[in-house]
Amino acid sequence: MTGPLLSVRDLRVEFATRKGPLVALDGVSFDIAPGEVLGVVGESGAGKSLTGLAIIGLLDPPGRIAGGEISLAGKRIDSLPPAQMRDIRGRRIGIIFQDPMTSLNPLLRIGDQLTETILAHKSVGRREARERAIAWLGEVGIPSPEKRIDGYPHEFSGGMRQRVVIALALCAEPALVIADEPTTALDVSVQAQIISVLKNLTRRHGAAVMLITHDMGVIAETADRVAVMYAGRIAEVGEVHEVVRDPLHPYTQGLMAAIPTLEVSARRLAQIPGAMPRLSAIPPGCAFAPRCPRVFARCAERPPLMAIGDRGAACWLYDRAAVAADVRT
Amino acid sequence: MIAFILRRLLASIGVLIAVGLIAFAMFRYVGDPVNQMVGIETSVQEREQLRHQLGLDQPTIIQAARFLINAARFDFGVSYQFKQPVADLIGARMPATLELALVASILSLAAGVPMGVFTALHRDSALARLFQALSLIGISLPTFLIGILLIYLFAVVLRWLPSFGRGDVVHIGSWWTTGLLTVSGLKSLIMPSITLALFQMTLIMRLVRAEMLEVMRSDYIRFARARGLSERAIHFHHALKNTLVPVITVVGLQLGSILAFSIITETVFAWPGMGQLFLQSIQNADIPIMAAYLLLIASLFVVINLIVDLIYVAVDPRLRVHLQRAPV
Repeated sequence: MTGPLLSVRDLRVEFATRKGPLVALDGVSFDIAPGEVLGVVGESGAGKSLTGLAIIGLLDPPGRIAGGEISLAGKRIDSLPPAQMRDIRGRRIGIIFQDPMTSLNPLLRIGDQLTETILAHKSVGRREARERAIAWLGEVGIPSPEKRIDGYPHEFSGGMRQRVVIALALCAEPALVIADEPTTALDVSVQAQIISVLKNLTRRHGAAVMLITHDMGVIAETADRVAVMYAGRIAEVGEVHEVVRDPLHPYTQGLMAAIPTLEVSARRLAQIPGAMPRLSAIPPGCAFAPRCPRVFARCAERPPLMAIGDRGAACWLYDRAAVAADVRT
Repeated sequence: MIAFILRRLLASIGVLIAVGLIAFAMFRYVGDPVNQMVGIETSVQEREQLRHQLGLDQPTIIQAARFLINAARFDFGVSYQFKQPVADLIGARMPATLELALVASILSLAAGVPMGVFTALHRDSALARLFQALSLIGISLPTFLIGILLIYLFAVVLRWLPSFGRGDVVHIGSWWTTGLLTVSGLKSLIMPSITLALFQMTLIMRLVRAEMLEVMRSDYIRFARARGLSERAIHFHHALKNTLVPVITVVGLQLGSILAFSIITETVFAWPGMGQLFLQSIQNADIPIMAAYLLLIASLFVVINLIVDLIYVAVDPRLRVHLQRAPV
């Protein structure tokens, strides 16, 4: 297959409020190739999770997709009727939410939750579904899965529950897994284990991953490419090592500078001055302009995502005409 | 599990002894039992003799102990008004009340739970709005008014249903009478049970609706959606079960209050049940009946609470763990 597995074009998500629509995502575009891991980073409220929910069609009202296209393997999925979209969820796209403590139904055995999901998507009998469920629990690293399958969620620790959640998201063998901050709610000691389970399993089953996180370390270790989001827009997208080594967008540069390193014993941690604007107060031009150290006249207009090699950055600094015009004045 | 039930039963006995002492205090100190029993022209000697016969001249502790022991044997003494053993009087009335309460409970659950689920899932439909509006009426109209309105419509105007009494009854065993097996008994049951059930039904409906809406917002429902499960499985397998945990508590307590509320309904429909008997005993200061009724209602609440706790354990696996860990 040559084309991208998932293609998001100019996605716009709005929330209807009394004061008119609030634009939460604006012009978000990116691709995910089959088997690829795309990291999505950004501050809280940048629209990372919202992008994931929009893709899987689970935006809570009053949120809605107001524009753009989402295609899975070349077929549009953002305007499908609910029954067809339900068929895509689980079977084609799986999702893992942030908090494993609340993601599992407390009153149902985990085996029932697994077999139920397998039965909903695979044409297998009940016994076969149960065997597959046990196999999945083994794959995500739960010891003696044939016993634990009859356990209830409260009998599992947080890390073990997130493993169960991963098994649930993967058990219908989707081609794309959206992992929405899968380790944020976990102990630091367990985070690495969960990430490696996720990475190994998706690789083994050939699934692409959209890994949403605000942990650059996780992205650098896990992702092939990374998309940086700011105020509901994509600021920069590119191959992960290039973005980490040589960030293009001033926001990404600020993010990278803010990661503390052991080599330099800085007296103060580097930070980007100011805060991300609220959705209701995004400036008309570039959303980052008020905090940008390299802001210039052109930034009053909204920058498109400009292609720089095989990377992209939404910044006028990479538009030669704009920079030249600025030098002349 | 058995240890849990035994512990709860022991606690229940404590509750019942406490209620029994309150009943005794009422029996002994609200008015003078002897004055209630005899006429105005009875001499002082005769009064003293009666007092001695009844054991009222003995120390309070002995009287209390005897009251409790007798109560445990269902011996509540003799009614002042009817001059019959209280246990017989209540026994004769109990089937009527229990049948009414049972039918009303089933009615309120069978209608309330589905209506609550429906109004939660189809929040914006016209029918859901209608249910919501009607439930407000059901919750705010007093029981006796609903009863009287029903009587006016179906007994006076339409003449479909009898306005009072229990209809024909059939004896089962030595003391149980049932109206459930005769046509006139069933017809008589319709209006009182609806009257009694209406408040509970609207309460259950609103409770189920609120709980269901809460559960539908939860993470595990969203995750179930994200796995592509059918709406049916999500609503009735994942959501309803979680909704029922708090609903069981309220329904259990409400079952008790259905028995208590039945006093009003029984009065409106001249239903020959315990409620009516209790009301008469209040009017006549018939203390033995009041004391027995108090103990009976307390026992029912205790039993209902025990059943509710057992249902909890059956529904919620998290409670089972606590039970297993608890010392035996």
